[in-house]
Amino acid sequence: MSTTVPVVERVLSANDAVAAEVRARLDGKGIFCANLMASPGAGKTSLIERTVEALKGEIAIGMINGDTSAAAFDAERSQRAGAASVHVNTGGKCHLEAAMVRNALSLLPLEGIRLLLIENVGNLVCPMSWKLGAHVNVLIGSTPEGDDKPYKYPKMYAGVDVVVLNKIDLLPYVEFDCDRFLRGVEALNPGLRTFRVSCRTGEGLEEWFAWLRDKARAAR
Amino acid sequence: MHELAITEAMLDIVLRHAGGARVRRVRVTVGEWTGYAGDSIELFWQELARGTAAEGARLEFRYEPATLRCRGCGAVFAADGSGLECPQCGKLGGEPAGGRECTVDAIEVEGGEPG
Repeated sequence: MSTTVPVVERVLSANDAVAAEVRARLDGKGIFCANLMASPGAGKTSLIERTVEALKGEIAIGMINGDTSAAAFDAERSQRAGAASVHVNTGGKCHLEAAMVRNALSLLPLEGIRLLLIENVGNLVCPMSWKLGAHVNVLIGSTPEGDDKPYKYPKMYAGVDVVVLNKIDLLPYVEFDCDRFLRGVEALNPGLRTFRVSCRTGEGLEEWFAWLRDKARAAR
Repeated sequence: MHELAITEAMLDIVLRHAGGARVRRVRVTVGEWTGYAGDSIELFWQELARGTAAEGARLEFRYEPATLRCRGCGAVFAADGSGLECPQCGKLGGEPAGGRECTVDAIEVEGGEPG
C-alpha cells in the first residue's frame, strides 16, 4: 500500500526565507547591499576595486566574495582596495546561497559598514535563482561577451535591477552593437537602470559611484 | 553543477513531508527558466538520498517551457533562445511568464498517511 502526499513547495523556499532574514538584519543596521553577478571575466572584481577606492573615504564598505574554491584572490583584491572582506568558498557550487551570506555577515564588522557588496560566483545561469537578501541585483556585462547576451540569458536580464556594461573602451575592437544589446535589455526589463563604464579608463564610473553613494546614504 | 544545491533543497522538502515513511516516488516540476537538467538532478539525488528514507525513490519530472507574455498584445510565447520577438505582433520582449519555478509537487510514500 502506498499513499500520495501533496506537497507543492517551491524548492528554493528555504533559501528565500533565509534571504528575508539577511535583508532584515541589513535593514536593522542601515546597510545597503548590492549583489553583483556576471560571467567570469566581465570585470566584477575590477569594478569592485574601482568602487571601493572611490568611495572608501566617505562610506565604510564591506565585501563578501564568493568563489568556487579556497583561492581567495578576489577577497584579497578588495581587501587591498580598502574594504572589510570575507571570502566564501562555495565548495564547488556555482552560485552563492542566502545561508552563505548569513554566515559571512557574522564575520564582518557590521556596525561600521554602510555599503555591502557581494561578489557572486561568475555565472549567468543560476545565481539569479538564489536570493541573497540584497537590496539590488546588479548584472555586469562586458563588450567582448557579445551583444546577444540579453537574448541568450533572458532570465538573468529580466530579473536584475541594474546593468553595468563594462569594457566600453574596447568597442572599437570588438563586434558589439550597443543598440542591439540595450534593445534586448529594454525588451526584458523596461526602464532598467544601465551604466556604460570602462574600469580600465574610468569612463562612466562617476555616474555609477554617484548612484551607489546615494543608495548607501538613503539606507541610513 | 547548479543542480547539487537544488537537489539538496528538494531532498529536505521530501523528507520533511514523508514524516519518516519510505518514499517511493517524487513528482517534481522543473521550469525551463531555472536551467536545471533532470538528469543532473537524478545523479545528485542518488548520492544524496542514500541512507535516507528517500533512497531509491523514483523522480518524475514535469517540464514547463519558458514563456514570455508580450507587453503589446498579451500573447504568451516560447522564450527558447531563438529570439525575443512576439510571433503575434512582432514586439520585442515581454514579461517572463511560465517556467520560472522548480517545485516538489507530490510524493508517494509506503503505507498510510504519514504521521
